[in-house]
Amino acid sequence: MTDIWLIARKDLKIEMRSRVLMNQVAPFALIILVLFGIALDADQKSLRNFASGLFWISVLLCALMAIARSMTIERDEGALVGLNLSGVDPSGVFLGKACAIAIQLLVLEVFLGVGIILLYGSEVEDLWLLISTGLFACIAVSALGTIFGFLASGLGVRETLLPILLLPLLLPLLIGATRAFDDALGIAAVNGWNWFAFVAGLTVILTGVGVAANYLIVEN
Amino acid sequence: MTGNVQMPDLKNTSSKGSKILGVSSLVGFAVLVVLAFFLTDPDIRFHPETGEEFGQFDAVRLLYIHVPLISVTYLAFVICAIASAGYLIRRTLWWDSLAHSSAEVGTLTCALVLATGSIWGRPVWNTWWEWGDVRIMSTLILFLMFLGYLALRRAFESPQRAARPAAVVALIAVLDIPLINRSVEWWGNRTLHQKSTLSEFKIEDLTLFTLMFGILISLLVMTWLILHRFRIAWLEHIEFEQGVQTAIEERRQIDTKEKQR
Repeated sequence: MTDIWLIARKDLKIEMRSRVLMNQVAPFALIILVLFGIALDADQKSLRNFASGLFWISVLLCALMAIARSMTIERDEGALVGLNLSGVDPSGVFLGKACAIAIQLLVLEVFLGVGIILLYGSEVEDLWLLISTGLFACIAVSALGTIFGFLASGLGVRETLLPILLLPLLLPLLIGATRAFDDALGIAAVNGWNWFAFVAGLTVILTGVGVAANYLIVEN
Repeated sequence: MTGNVQMPDLKNTSSKGSKILGVSSLVGFAVLVVLAFFLTDPDIRFHPETGEEFGQFDAVRLLYIHVPLISVTYLAFVICAIASAGYLIRRTLWWDSLAHSSAEVGTLTCALVLATGSIWGRPVWNTWWEWGDVRIMSTLILFLMFLGYLALRRAFESPQRAARPAAVVALIAVLDIPLINRSVEWWGNRTLHQKSTLSEFKIEDLTLFTLMFGILISLLVMTWLILHRFRIAWLEHIEFEQGVQTAIEERRQIDTKEKQR
C-alpha cells in the first residue's frame, strides 16, 4: 500500500510541477468538444442527444494522452530501470501509476462534464449515477491503459500502437458508460443503473485482468 | 534460445505432408463450392396461413462458408491463446511461433467472417451492418484486438522481445470468444442472430452434410495455412538469431584487430 501511494504521489507531483494535464490535455479536451459541435453543425438538440457519447469519446482520447504521458515520464533517462531496481513491488508500480492516471482522468471528467453542460446544454437528472459511472469507468480505463502503456513503452511506435491495443478492449465499457450517462442526462429512457452494474462488472474484470497481466509482463 | 542453429537450405516452406494437405484442401474446397452453390436447395418456406414464400432463399448458401469460417476463427484464436500460455510457461520459440502463426490465420478468417456475414446480411436482414447486434460487435472487437496483437508483434525488431507482451495480449483478447459464442443466449433481445440450429439438430440431410463438410475443409485449410506460417515464423527467428550472431562475430573481429594494432 505504501508503494502504491509512493508511486502515485511521485507521478502526481511530476504532473503538478509540469502541468501537462492542465496546459495540454485539458485544452485538448475542450478542443474536441468544440470540434464535435462544429462537425455536428452546432445543432444544440443533436449535441444534447449525443452528449454522453461525445463525452466518453473525449475521455478516451484524453486518457490515451494521459497514459502516454505517464509512460514517457518513466521512459525518459531510463527512469523505469531505476524504478525496477529500487526494490518497489512491481504490482505497487502498476497500481500506483494506475491510481495517478485515474486521479488525472477524474479531474478531466469533471472538466469535460462542465464542458458538455455549458457547451451542449446538457442537464443532469441523476447526479449519483453520473458520478458512480464516471468513477468506475475511469478506474477500468486507467488499469487497462497502464498495462498496455507498459507493453507499448520503449517502442518507437507507441503513440500509434497504444490506441490500437487499448480502444477495442474498451469498446464494451464505452457502450455501458454511454448508456448509463444517457439515463443520467435524461437523453434516453433506459435503466441507467443496470448499465452502471454492467460498467462496474467490467471494471472489476478489466482491473483484475490488468493486475494479472502485470505479473506476466514484469521481467524477473 | 535457438542457439547456433543454421538456416536450413530451403526453397519453400512445403513438405510432402503439407503438399498432400494443400491438395486435399483445394479439392475439398472445390467439392464444397459444388455442394453449397449447386446441389443443396435454397431456403424457401411457406407461411402456414397465407401460403406466402419466405426464408433466406439463395443467400443461405453463403452460410456453408460463413459458419465453418467462424469455427476455424475460434479454433485458431484458442490455439493462439494456448500457445501463448505455453510460451509464458516454457519460453520456447516453438510456442511463440505457433501463437504468431495461428493469430495471423485467425485474423484473416475473422475478417472473412465479418465480410461474408455482411454480404449475407444484406438480402436476409436488409442491412450490411447492424450496430446494435452484440454478436457482430463482439466479433468486430475480437478482430480489432488481434489486429492490435499483430501490430504489437511488428513493432518489435526482435521476435524474441515481442513474444511475451504479445502472449499477454493474446490471453486478454481470447476472453472475448466466450462472449461472442454465448451472446445470442445472454442478450437475445439485442441481436439479429438466431440461436444455434446445429446443436439442436434443426437441420438435416444434405444441408447438415454440407455444413459439416465445410467445417472439415475449413479445418484442413486452417491447418495448412498455420503449418506454412509456422515454418516462416520459425525461419524468421533463426534468421534474426543468425543476424545477431553475425553482428557479435564482426564486433569481436574488429576488437581483435584493434588490440593487435
